[in-house]
Amino acid sequence: MRYSIFTVLGQAMSGQKGWTPAWREPSPKATYDVVIVGGGGHGLATAYYLAKEHGLNNVAVVEKGWLGSGNIGRNTTIVRSNYGLDGNVPFYEWSLKLWEGLESDLNYNVMMSQRGVLNLVHSDAQRDAAIRRGNAMRLHGVDGDYLTRDQLRPILPFLDFDNARFPIQGGLLQRRGGTARHDAVAWGYARAADQRGVDILQNCEVTGIRLNSGRVEGVETSRGFIGARKVGLACAGNSGRVAAMAGLRLPIESHVLQAFVSEGLKPTLPNVITFGAGHFYISQSDKGGLVFGGDIDGYNSYAQRGNMPVVEDVMAEGVSMIPAMSRLRVLRSWGGIMDMSMDGSPIIDKTSIEGLYLNAGWCIGGFKATPASGWCFAHTIARDQPHALNAAYRLDRFATGHLVDERGAGAFPYLQ
Amino acid sequence: MRISCPYCGERSIHEFSYRGDAGPTRPVTPAGTPVDPALLAFWIDYVYLRDNNPGLHRELWYHVGGCRAFLKVTRNVTTHAISQVEAVR
Repeated sequence: MRYSIFTVLGQAMSGQKGWTPAWREPSPKATYDVVIVGGGGHGLATAYYLAKEHGLNNVAVVEKGWLGSGNIGRNTTIVRSNYGLDGNVPFYEWSLKLWEGLESDLNYNVMMSQRGVLNLVHSDAQRDAAIRRGNAMRLHGVDGDYLTRDQLRPILPFLDFDNARFPIQGGLLQRRGGTARHDAVAWGYARAADQRGVDILQNCEVTGIRLNSGRVEGVETSRGFIGARKVGLACAGNSGRVAAMAGLRLPIESHVLQAFVSEGLKPTLPNVITFGAGHFYISQSDKGGLVFGGDIDGYNSYAQRGNMPVVEDVMAEGVSMIPAMSRLRVLRSWGGIMDMSMDGSPIIDKTSIEGLYLNAGWCIGGFKATPASGWCFAHTIARDQPHALNAAYRLDRFATGHLVDERGAGAFPYLQ
Repeated sequence: MRISCPYCGERSIHEFSYRGDAGPTRPVTPAGTPVDPALLAFWIDYVYLRDNNPGLHRELWYHVGGCRAFLKVTRNVTTHAISQVEAVR
Protein backbone atom coordinates (compact mmCIF):
# COMPACT_ATOMS: atom_id res chain seq x y z
CA MET A 1 0.00 0.00 0.00
CA ARG A 2 1.36 3.38 -1.01
CA TYR A 3 0.83 6.10 1.59
CA SER A 4 -0.53 9.42 0.38
CA ILE A 5 -3.10 12.04 1.26
CA PHE A 6 -5.64 10.00 -0.71
CA THR A 7 -5.07 6.80 1.30
CA VAL A 8 -5.32 8.81 4.52
CA LEU A 9 -8.59 10.43 3.42
CA GLY A 10 -9.93 7.16 2.06
CA GLN A 11 -9.22 5.38 5.34
CA ALA A 12 -10.81 8.23 7.29
CA MET A 13 -14.01 7.71 5.28
CA SER A 14 -13.99 3.92 5.71
CA GLY A 15 -13.36 3.76 9.46
CA GLN A 16 -9.59 3.08 9.25
CA LYS A 17 -10.34 -0.59 8.55
CA GLY A 18 -8.33 -1.02 5.37
CA TRP A 19 -4.78 -0.53 6.64
CA THR A 20 -2.45 -3.44 5.96
CA PRO A 21 0.69 -4.42 7.95
CA ALA A 22 3.67 -2.26 7.02
CA TRP A 23 5.86 -5.33 6.50
CA ARG A 24 5.54 -9.11 6.27
CA GLU A 25 6.57 -11.59 8.95
CA PRO A 26 8.24 -14.24 6.80
CA SER A 27 9.80 -17.52 7.89
CA PRO A 28 13.55 -17.73 7.37
CA LYS A 29 14.67 -19.16 4.02
CA ALA A 30 17.50 -21.72 4.00
CA THR A 31 19.95 -19.31 2.38
CA TYR A 32 20.26 -15.66 1.42
CA ASP A 33 22.75 -13.69 -0.62
CA VAL A 34 23.25 -11.34 2.31
CA VAL A 35 22.24 -11.60 5.96
CA ILE A 36 22.37 -8.41 8.02
CA VAL A 37 22.67 -9.00 11.76
CA GLY A 38 20.81 -6.28 13.65
CA GLY A 39 17.35 -4.89 12.88
CA GLY A 40 18.02 -1.36 14.03
CA GLY A 41 18.31 1.76 11.92
CA HIS A 42 21.67 0.96 10.35
CA GLY A 43 20.83 -2.68 9.62
CA LEU A 44 17.47 -1.88 8.05
CA ALA A 45 18.96 1.00 6.03
CA THR A 46 21.71 -1.33 4.79
CA ALA A 47 19.14 -3.88 3.63
CA TYR A 48 17.11 -1.17 1.92
CA TYR A 49 20.08 0.24 -0.01
CA LEU A 50 21.33 -3.26 -0.90
CA ALA A 51 17.99 -3.81 -2.61
CA LYS A 52 17.57 -0.33 -4.05
CA GLU A 53 21.10 0.60 -5.16
CA HIS A 54 22.63 -2.80 -5.84
CA GLY A 55 19.69 -4.96 -6.93
CA LEU A 56 20.25 -7.48 -4.13
CA ASN A 57 16.77 -8.60 -3.07
CA ASN A 58 17.59 -11.97 -1.57
CA VAL A 59 18.49 -10.33 1.74
CA ALA A 60 17.46 -10.96 5.35
CA VAL A 61 17.73 -8.77 8.42
CA VAL A 62 17.89 -10.83 11.62
CA GLU A 63 17.00 -9.13 14.89
CA LYS A 64 17.16 -10.70 18.34
CA GLY A 65 14.24 -8.69 19.74
CA TRP A 66 11.63 -6.63 17.99
CA LEU A 67 12.45 -4.30 15.17
CA GLY A 68 14.09 -1.08 16.30
CA SER A 69 14.32 -2.13 19.97
CA GLY A 70 17.84 -0.81 20.42
CA ASN A 71 19.42 2.58 19.95
CA ILE A 72 17.28 3.66 16.99
CA GLY A 73 14.43 4.05 19.49
CA ARG A 74 16.56 5.39 22.34
CA ASN A 75 18.47 8.34 20.90
CA THR A 76 17.79 12.06 21.13
CA THR A 77 16.87 12.24 17.40
CA ILE A 78 19.41 14.89 16.35
CA VAL A 79 20.49 15.09 12.71
CA ARG A 80 23.47 17.26 11.69
CA SER A 81 26.68 17.26 9.65
CA ASN A 82 28.73 19.86 11.53
CA TYR A 83 32.00 17.93 11.68
CA GLY A 84 35.51 19.26 11.20
CA LEU A 85 37.71 16.44 9.89
CA ASP A 86 38.12 15.50 6.23
CA GLY A 87 37.24 11.85 6.85
CA ASN A 88 33.96 12.84 8.51
CA VAL A 89 32.50 15.88 6.74
CA PRO A 90 31.64 14.35 3.32
CA PHE A 91 30.19 11.24 4.96
CA TYR A 92 27.90 13.09 7.35
CA GLU A 93 26.95 15.61 4.67
CA TRP A 94 25.92 12.75 2.38
CA SER A 95 23.87 11.45 5.28
CA LEU A 96 22.15 14.82 5.69
CA LYS A 97 21.44 14.92 1.96
CA LEU A 98 19.83 11.48 2.19
CA TRP A 99 17.81 12.70 5.20
CA GLU A 100 16.54 15.62 3.12
CA GLY A 101 15.06 13.25 0.53
CA LEU A 102 14.25 10.37 2.84
CA GLU A 103 10.51 10.80 3.16
CA SER A 104 9.80 10.76 -0.56
CA ASP A 105 12.37 8.01 -1.07
CA LEU A 106 10.78 5.74 1.56
CA ASN A 107 7.19 6.98 1.12
CA TYR A 108 7.12 7.31 4.89
CA ASN A 109 6.80 10.33 7.14
CA VAL A 110 9.94 10.36 9.31
CA MET A 111 9.02 13.86 10.51
CA MET A 112 12.34 15.30 9.40
CA SER A 113 12.47 18.83 10.75
CA GLN A 114 15.38 21.06 9.70
CA ARG A 115 15.06 23.40 12.63
CA GLY A 116 18.81 24.05 12.96
CA VAL A 117 21.51 22.81 15.32
CA LEU A 118 23.28 25.45 17.40
CA ASN A 119 26.56 24.75 19.23
CA LEU A 120 27.09 27.42 21.90
CA VAL A 121 30.58 28.66 22.77
CA HIS A 122 31.63 30.18 26.07
CA SER A 123 35.25 31.27 25.63
CA ASP A 124 37.57 32.87 23.08
CA ALA A 125 39.22 29.52 22.35
CA GLN A 126 35.88 27.83 21.79
CA ARG A 127 34.77 30.66 19.52
CA ASP A 128 37.90 30.27 17.39
CA ALA A 129 37.42 26.50 17.23
CA ALA A 130 33.77 26.91 16.24
CA ILE A 131 34.59 29.41 13.49
CA ARG A 132 37.36 27.16 12.23
CA ARG A 133 34.99 24.19 12.16
CA GLY A 134 32.38 26.31 10.39
CA ASN A 135 34.99 27.23 7.79
CA ALA A 136 35.99 23.59 7.34
CA MET A 137 32.32 22.75 6.78
CA ARG A 138 31.86 25.54 4.23
CA LEU A 139 34.96 24.38 2.33
CA HIS A 140 33.16 21.06 1.97
CA GLY A 141 29.98 22.81 0.80
CA VAL A 142 28.16 22.36 4.10
CA ASP A 143 26.22 25.24 5.59
CA GLY A 144 27.45 26.71 8.86
CA ASP A 145 27.10 30.22 10.29
CA TYR A 146 28.75 31.72 13.32
CA LEU A 147 26.32 33.92 15.26
CA THR A 148 27.42 36.37 17.93
CA ARG A 149 25.65 36.69 21.27
CA ASP A 150 23.90 39.83 20.05
CA GLN A 151 22.51 37.89 17.11
CA LEU A 152 21.43 35.02 19.38
CA ARG A 153 19.77 37.06 22.13
CA PRO A 154 16.57 37.97 20.27
CA ILE A 155 16.12 34.42 18.91
CA LEU A 156 16.81 32.53 22.14
CA PRO A 157 15.96 34.92 25.00
CA PHE A 158 15.68 32.09 27.55
CA LEU A 159 19.42 31.27 27.44
CA ASP A 160 21.57 32.42 30.37
CA PHE A 161 23.83 34.71 28.33
CA ASP A 162 25.43 36.30 31.38
CA ASN A 163 26.05 33.16 33.40
CA ALA A 164 28.94 34.02 35.74
CA ARG A 165 30.93 30.89 34.94
CA PHE A 166 29.84 30.11 31.38
CA PRO A 167 28.80 33.35 29.64
CA ILE A 168 27.56 32.67 26.12
CA GLN A 169 29.79 34.26 23.49
CA GLY A 170 27.99 33.03 20.42
CA GLY A 171 27.41 29.82 18.56
CA LEU A 172 27.87 27.85 15.36
CA LEU A 173 24.53 27.29 13.69
CA GLN A 174 23.89 24.66 11.05
CA ARG A 175 20.47 25.60 9.73
CA ARG A 176 19.99 22.38 7.74
CA GLY A 177 20.45 20.25 10.87
CA GLY A 178 17.49 19.32 13.03
CA THR A 179 15.58 16.33 14.29
CA ALA A 180 13.68 13.35 12.92
CA ARG A 181 11.20 10.93 14.47
CA HIS A 182 13.56 8.09 15.39
CA ASP A 183 11.11 5.15 15.50
CA ALA A 184 9.63 6.21 12.18
CA VAL A 185 13.07 5.97 10.62
CA ALA A 186 13.28 2.29 11.57
CA TRP A 187 9.69 1.63 10.46
CA GLY A 188 10.14 3.53 7.21
CA TYR A 189 13.31 1.64 6.25
CA ALA A 190 11.74 -1.66 7.31
CA ARG A 191 8.65 -1.09 5.19
CA ALA A 192 10.61 0.13 2.17
CA ALA A 193 13.10 -2.78 2.41
CA ASP A 194 10.25 -5.28 2.81
CA GLN A 195 8.56 -3.92 -0.30
CA ARG A 196 11.77 -4.64 -2.22
CA GLY A 197 11.75 -8.26 -1.06
CA VAL A 198 13.96 -8.10 2.04
CA ASP A 199 12.94 -10.59 4.76
CA ILE A 200 12.83 -9.01 8.22
CA LEU A 201 13.20 -11.78 10.81
CA GLN A 202 12.33 -10.54 14.27
CA ASN A 203 12.91 -12.53 17.47
CA CYS A 204 15.70 -14.32 15.65
CA GLU A 205 18.83 -14.10 17.78
CA VAL A 206 22.21 -14.92 16.26
CA THR A 207 23.96 -17.48 18.45
CA GLY A 208 26.93 -18.23 16.22
CA ILE A 209 28.63 -17.38 12.94
CA ARG A 210 29.52 -20.44 10.86
CA LEU A 211 32.90 -20.23 9.18
CA ASN A 212 34.67 -22.61 6.83
CA SER A 213 38.39 -22.11 6.11
CA GLY A 214 38.31 -18.34 6.62
CA ARG A 215 34.99 -17.84 4.79
CA VAL A 216 31.60 -17.11 6.22
CA GLU A 217 28.87 -19.69 5.51
CA GLY A 218 25.96 -18.29 7.48
CA VAL A 219 24.62 -17.62 10.94
CA GLU A 220 23.28 -19.94 13.63
CA THR A 221 20.15 -18.41 15.10
CA SER A 222 17.43 -19.18 17.61
CA ARG A 223 15.28 -20.03 14.56
CA GLY A 224 17.85 -22.38 13.04
CA PHE A 225 20.82 -22.09 10.71
CA ILE A 226 20.56 -19.49 7.94
CA GLY A 227 23.06 -19.77 5.13
CA ALA A 228 24.54 -16.64 3.58
CA ARG A 229 27.20 -15.75 1.03
CA LYS A 230 27.82 -12.53 2.91
CA VAL A 231 27.06 -11.46 6.47
CA GLY A 232 27.01 -7.84 7.60
CA LEU A 233 27.15 -6.99 11.30
CA ALA A 234 25.27 -3.88 12.40
CA CYS A 235 24.84 -4.66 16.09
CA ALA A 236 25.72 -1.34 17.77
CA GLY A 237 26.35 -1.97 21.49
CA ASN A 238 26.45 -5.72 20.97
CA SER A 239 29.10 -5.57 18.21
CA GLY A 240 31.79 -7.00 20.47
CA ARG A 241 29.67 -10.00 21.46
CA VAL A 242 28.66 -10.83 17.91
CA ALA A 243 32.12 -10.27 16.41
CA ALA A 244 33.52 -12.61 19.09
CA MET A 245 31.38 -15.38 17.56
CA ALA A 246 33.64 -15.10 14.51
CA GLY A 247 36.76 -14.89 16.66
CA LEU A 248 37.28 -11.15 16.14
CA ARG A 249 38.36 -8.68 18.80
CA LEU A 250 37.32 -5.12 18.08
CA PRO A 251 38.68 -1.69 19.06
CA ILE A 252 35.35 -1.12 20.82
CA GLU A 253 34.01 -0.97 24.37
CA SER A 254 30.30 -0.95 25.24
CA HIS A 255 29.14 1.91 27.45
CA VAL A 256 25.78 3.23 28.60
CA LEU A 257 24.41 6.61 27.50
CA GLN A 258 21.34 8.04 29.21
CA ALA A 259 18.65 10.27 27.72
CA PHE A 260 15.80 12.21 29.30
CA VAL A 261 12.47 13.73 28.41
CA SER A 262 10.54 16.36 30.34
CA GLU A 263 6.84 17.00 30.69
CA GLY A 264 5.23 18.60 27.64
CA LEU A 265 5.49 22.34 27.04
CA LYS A 266 4.11 24.76 24.52
CA PRO A 267 6.61 25.47 21.72
CA THR A 268 9.69 26.77 23.53
CA LEU A 269 12.92 25.65 21.88
CA PRO A 270 13.02 26.59 18.20
CA ASN A 271 16.01 24.39 17.41
CA VAL A 272 18.57 21.94 18.78
CA ILE A 273 20.92 23.65 21.21
CA THR A 274 24.14 22.25 22.65
CA PHE A 275 25.99 23.58 25.69
CA GLY A 276 29.68 24.19 25.03
CA ALA A 277 30.98 24.29 28.59
CA GLY A 278 30.19 20.63 29.08
CA HIS A 279 28.40 18.08 27.00
CA PHE A 280 24.67 18.68 26.80
CA TYR A 281 22.18 18.78 23.94
CA ILE A 282 18.49 19.56 23.95
CA SER A 283 15.58 19.89 21.57
CA GLN A 284 11.81 19.90 21.83
CA SER A 285 9.81 17.00 20.46
CA ASP A 286 6.64 17.56 18.46
CA LYS A 287 4.68 16.32 21.50
CA GLY A 288 6.21 19.19 23.48
CA GLY A 289 8.61 17.38 25.81
CA LEU A 290 12.19 18.58 26.02
CA VAL A 291 14.48 15.76 24.93
CA PHE A 292 18.00 15.99 26.25
CA GLY A 293 21.16 14.15 27.23
CA GLY A 294 24.84 14.52 27.97
CA ASP A 295 27.89 12.33 28.38
CA ILE A 296 28.05 8.57 28.62
CA ASP A 297 28.20 7.27 32.19
CA GLY A 298 31.86 6.48 31.62
CA TYR A 299 32.23 2.84 32.66
CA ASN A 300 31.79 -0.32 30.59
CA SER A 301 28.18 -1.44 30.61
CA TYR A 302 25.72 -3.73 28.88
CA ALA A 303 22.86 -2.58 31.13
CA GLN A 304 20.40 -0.26 29.40
CA ARG A 305 20.26 2.02 32.41
CA GLY A 306 22.67 4.41 34.08
CA ASN A 307 23.54 5.94 37.43
CA MET A 308 22.94 9.15 39.35
CA PRO A 309 26.20 11.11 38.86
CA VAL A 310 25.49 11.59 35.14
CA VAL A 311 21.81 12.33 35.80
CA GLU A 312 22.82 15.15 38.17
CA ASP A 313 25.51 16.38 35.79
CA VAL A 314 23.10 16.54 32.85
CA MET A 315 20.45 18.40 34.88
CA ALA A 316 23.07 20.87 36.17
CA GLU A 317 24.27 21.60 32.64
CA GLY A 318 20.72 22.11 31.40
CA VAL A 319 19.88 24.51 34.21
CA SER A 320 23.07 26.53 33.75
CA MET A 321 22.21 26.97 30.05
CA ILE A 322 18.43 27.43 30.41
CA PRO A 323 17.63 28.47 34.01
CA ALA A 324 13.88 28.05 33.38
CA MET A 325 14.49 24.31 33.07
CA SER A 326 14.79 24.12 36.86
CA ARG A 327 10.98 24.39 37.03
CA LEU A 328 10.44 21.39 34.76
CA ARG A 329 9.71 17.85 35.79
CA VAL A 330 11.52 15.00 34.11
CA LEU A 331 9.07 12.40 32.88
CA ARG A 332 11.32 9.59 31.81
CA SER A 333 14.94 8.59 31.50
CA TRP A 334 16.45 5.56 29.83
CA GLY A 335 19.75 4.19 28.63
CA GLY A 336 21.19 2.70 25.47
CA ILE A 337 24.39 0.75 24.89
CA MET A 338 26.93 2.59 22.78
CA ASP A 339 29.66 0.88 20.77
CA MET A 340 32.42 3.27 21.81
CA SER A 341 35.34 3.02 19.42
CA MET A 342 38.91 3.89 20.36
CA ASP A 343 39.01 7.14 18.36
CA GLY A 344 35.36 8.15 18.55
CA SER A 345 34.71 7.38 14.88
CA PRO A 346 32.86 4.47 13.29
CA ILE A 347 34.02 1.43 11.34
CA ILE A 348 32.41 0.44 8.02
CA ASP A 349 34.69 -2.13 6.46
CA LYS A 350 35.45 -5.68 5.41
CA THR A 351 36.98 -7.94 8.05
CA SER A 352 39.79 -10.48 7.89
CA ILE A 353 37.12 -13.14 7.27
CA GLU A 354 35.93 -13.42 3.67
CA GLY A 355 32.27 -12.49 3.34
CA LEU A 356 32.04 -10.92 6.80
CA TYR A 357 31.52 -7.15 7.00
CA LEU A 358 31.45 -4.84 9.97
CA ASN A 359 29.45 -1.69 10.70
CA ALA A 360 30.18 -0.58 14.28
CA GLY A 361 31.77 1.95 16.59
CA TRP A 362 29.13 4.68 16.25
CA CYS A 363 29.76 5.90 19.78
CA ILE A 364 27.07 8.39 20.80
CA GLY A 365 26.34 9.71 17.30
CA GLY A 366 24.87 6.91 15.22
CA PHE A 367 21.37 8.25 14.60
CA LYS A 368 22.28 11.09 12.24
CA ALA A 369 24.46 8.66 10.29
CA THR A 370 21.69 6.11 9.71
CA PRO A 371 21.07 6.77 5.98
CA ALA A 372 24.72 7.17 4.94
CA SER A 373 25.81 4.30 7.14
CA GLY A 374 23.33 1.98 5.45
CA TRP A 375 24.18 3.42 2.03
CA CYS A 376 27.95 3.00 2.47
CA PHE A 377 27.69 -0.38 4.20
CA ALA A 378 25.50 -1.65 1.36
CA HIS A 379 28.12 -0.45 -1.14
CA THR A 380 30.93 -2.08 0.86
CA ILE A 381 29.06 -5.40 1.01
CA ALA A 382 27.81 -5.43 -2.58
CA ARG A 383 31.06 -4.28 -4.24
CA ASP A 384 33.35 -5.91 -1.68
CA GLN A 385 35.19 -2.62 -1.21
CA PRO A 386 34.52 0.59 0.69
CA HIS A 387 33.03 3.64 -1.02
CA ALA A 388 35.13 6.82 -1.01
CA LEU A 389 32.72 8.23 1.61
CA ASN A 390 33.56 5.54 4.16
CA ALA A 391 37.18 5.01 3.10
CA ALA A 392 38.42 6.62 6.33
CA TYR A 393 36.37 4.25 8.50
CA ARG A 394 38.76 1.33 8.09
CA LEU A 395 39.02 -1.40 10.70
CA ASP A 396 42.82 -1.46 10.36
CA ARG A 397 43.29 2.28 10.96
CA PHE A 398 44.17 1.57 14.59
CA ALA A 399 47.14 -0.49 13.42
CA THR A 400 48.22 1.92 10.68
CA GLY A 401 47.77 5.08 12.74
CA HIS A 402 45.17 6.72 10.49
CA LEU A 403 42.80 7.56 13.33
CA VAL A 404 39.79 9.84 12.83
CA ASP A 405 39.94 11.49 16.23
CA GLU A 406 37.38 14.29 15.97
CA ARG A 407 37.17 14.82 19.72
CA GLY A 408 40.90 14.40 20.35
CA ALA A 409 40.39 12.30 23.47
CA GLY A 410 42.85 9.54 22.61
CA ALA A 411 42.29 5.80 22.91
CA PHE A 412 40.03 6.12 25.96
CA PRO A 413 36.43 5.24 25.09
CA TYR A 414 35.21 6.28 28.53
CA LEU A 415 36.35 9.84 27.78
CA GLN A 416 34.88 10.07 24.26
CA MET B 1 26.41 2.02 42.11
CA ARG B 2 28.48 2.05 45.30
CA ILE B 3 32.06 0.88 45.67
CA SER B 4 33.51 -0.53 48.91
CA CYS B 5 36.91 1.07 49.11
CA PRO B 6 39.24 -1.12 51.22
CA TYR B 7 40.48 2.02 53.01
CA CYS B 8 37.35 4.19 53.29
CA GLY B 9 34.42 1.80 53.32
CA GLU B 10 31.38 1.84 51.04
CA ARG B 11 31.04 5.08 49.07
CA SER B 12 28.93 6.42 46.21
CA ILE B 13 30.51 6.35 42.75
CA HIS B 14 30.33 10.16 42.83
CA GLU B 15 33.67 9.91 44.64
CA PHE B 16 35.32 7.69 42.06
CA SER B 17 36.76 8.24 38.63
CA TYR B 18 36.83 5.45 36.07
CA ARG B 19 40.27 4.58 34.74
CA GLY B 20 39.48 1.87 32.23
CA ASP B 21 39.75 -1.82 31.59
CA ALA B 22 42.22 -3.58 33.91
CA GLY B 23 42.51 -6.55 31.58
CA PRO B 24 45.10 -5.52 28.96
CA THR B 25 48.69 -5.95 30.11
CA ARG B 26 51.33 -3.54 28.91
CA PRO B 27 53.96 -5.22 26.72
CA VAL B 28 57.45 -5.23 28.19
CA THR B 29 59.93 -3.44 25.96
CA PRO B 30 63.38 -2.90 27.46
CA ALA B 31 64.81 0.54 26.78
CA GLY B 32 66.74 0.77 23.53
CA THR B 33 65.00 -2.20 21.91
CA PRO B 34 64.40 -1.53 18.22
CA VAL B 35 60.75 -1.60 17.18
CA ASP B 36 59.98 -4.93 15.59
CA PRO B 37 56.65 -5.66 13.88
CA ALA B 38 55.85 -8.62 16.13
CA LEU B 39 56.05 -6.41 19.20
CA LEU B 40 54.01 -3.75 17.43
CA ALA B 41 51.11 -6.20 17.21
CA PHE B 42 51.19 -6.58 21.00
CA TRP B 43 51.12 -2.81 21.41
CA ILE B 44 48.16 -2.40 19.05
CA ASP B 45 46.40 -5.11 20.98
CA TYR B 46 47.17 -3.46 24.31
CA VAL B 47 46.18 0.07 23.29
CA TYR B 48 43.17 -0.58 21.04
CA LEU B 49 41.63 -4.06 21.18
CA ARG B 50 39.20 -5.16 23.89
CA ASP B 51 37.36 -8.37 24.75
CA ASN B 52 34.28 -6.29 25.61
CA ASN B 53 32.31 -9.25 26.95
CA PRO B 54 29.08 -8.97 28.90
CA GLY B 55 29.33 -10.35 32.43
CA LEU B 56 32.29 -9.98 34.78
CA HIS B 57 34.74 -7.18 34.00
CA ARG B 58 37.95 -6.21 35.82
CA GLU B 59 38.49 -2.48 35.76
CA LEU B 60 40.33 0.36 37.48
CA TRP B 61 38.67 3.07 39.57
CA TYR B 62 40.48 6.00 41.18
CA HIS B 63 39.09 7.14 44.54
CA VAL B 64 39.71 10.76 43.65
CA GLY B 65 37.17 12.13 46.14
CA GLY B 66 38.54 10.03 48.98
CA CYS B 67 41.83 8.32 49.73
CA ARG B 68 43.12 8.65 46.14
CA ALA B 69 43.90 4.95 45.94
CA PHE B 70 43.64 3.08 42.65
CA LEU B 71 41.27 0.15 42.98
CA LYS B 72 40.84 -2.94 40.87
CA VAL B 73 37.10 -3.65 40.80
CA THR B 74 35.39 -6.79 39.52
CA ARG B 75 31.95 -5.77 38.30
CA ASN B 76 29.24 -7.43 36.24
CA VAL B 77 28.74 -5.04 33.33
CA THR B 78 25.31 -6.51 32.60
CA THR B 79 23.89 -5.96 36.10
CA HIS B 80 26.40 -3.40 37.52
CA ALA B 81 26.82 -5.69 40.59
CA ILE B 82 30.29 -5.38 42.14
CA SER B 83 31.73 -8.65 43.44
CA GLN B 84 35.30 -7.72 44.39
CA VAL B 85 37.34 -4.62 45.16
CA GLU B 86 41.07 -4.71 45.83
CA ALA B 87 43.74 -2.05 46.11
CA VAL B 88 46.23 -1.85 43.25
CA ARG B 89 49.75 -2.20 44.50
